[in-house]
Amino acid sequence: MEDGDLVTALRAGDEGAFRALVERYHPAMFRVASFYVPSRAVAEEVVQETWLAVVEGLDRFEGRSSLKTWLFRILANRARSRGVLERRAVPFSTVGADDDDPTVAPERFRGPGHLWAGHWSDPPRRWSDVPAERLQDAETRAAVVDAIRELPPHQREVITLRDVEGWTAEEVCSALDITSGNQRVLLHRARARVRSALEQRFSEGVQV
Amino acid sequence: MTHEDLPCQDLVELLTDFFEGALETETHAAVERHLVWCEWCATYTDQLRRTVEVTGTLRGSDVPAPMLDVLVDAFRRLRGG
Repeated sequence: MEDGDLVTALRAGDEGAFRALVERYHPAMFRVASFYVPSRAVAEEVVQETWLAVVEGLDRFEGRSSLKTWLFRILANRARSRGVLERRAVPFSTVGADDDDPTVAPERFRGPGHLWAGHWSDPPRRWSDVPAERLQDAETRAAVVDAIRELPPHQREVITLRDVEGWTAEEVCSALDITSGNQRVLLHRARARVRSALEQRFSEGVQV
Repeated sequence: MTHEDLPCQDLVELLTDFFEGALETETHAAVERHLVWCEWCATYTDQLRRTVEVTGTLRGSDVPAPMLDVLVDAFRRLRGG
């Protein structure tokens, strides 16, 4: 059932439609929530509260945004507030929150006036030395999760919705109420930071 | 436009736009040419792609089930279907 039809059925009190809605969106909502708060248990609470708010708020959903966007906004509000409350446990990066900064440290390139100005002086090392299994193992994924959690909130939201949840650019712009250009800037910064976290991890030498 | 017109330091800032197809035609072509000859930028680009890949695997991670009974109860009470 398409989301639009689901809403109609929900408003009519169709329990099957409600179960279908929860099944459809619960996993993504949990994953999004878990980037704001320090533990699975808290993320579960946030999502549960969100669903209750959805039930209560169904009459107020006017259908001007998509159902997906509406769900996300309710979730994001709750997750952010809860995240602020729990902030002690989640490192919150204030550095570069309003970046105009380059995403790769300037020291890694030849300075102006050099014959090769703007070219790498400290280039990235290949990850081909890293065994394929390690590239996607649980520890690597945990490193990605940590890196995403430390991002400034707008970058965190964009990379979560685009790269974790696979939303389209248009859906993300709609959900976050940002322009496509802005969305790309945030996505680029977020991805660059996560790449940098992985680079540090893989250059640490052989892990036990 | 020669490859000298697009230094590595500028290229690395363009990559997401590049992946999204959001660059002007000439700039896009300049990025492509640069990646052919510059092994380091090719490595960086590849790493960025792999980062996106790994991030996508988080979708497969284990999600605790919702407490459906509680939710359906609330739904019944409020929606009275």
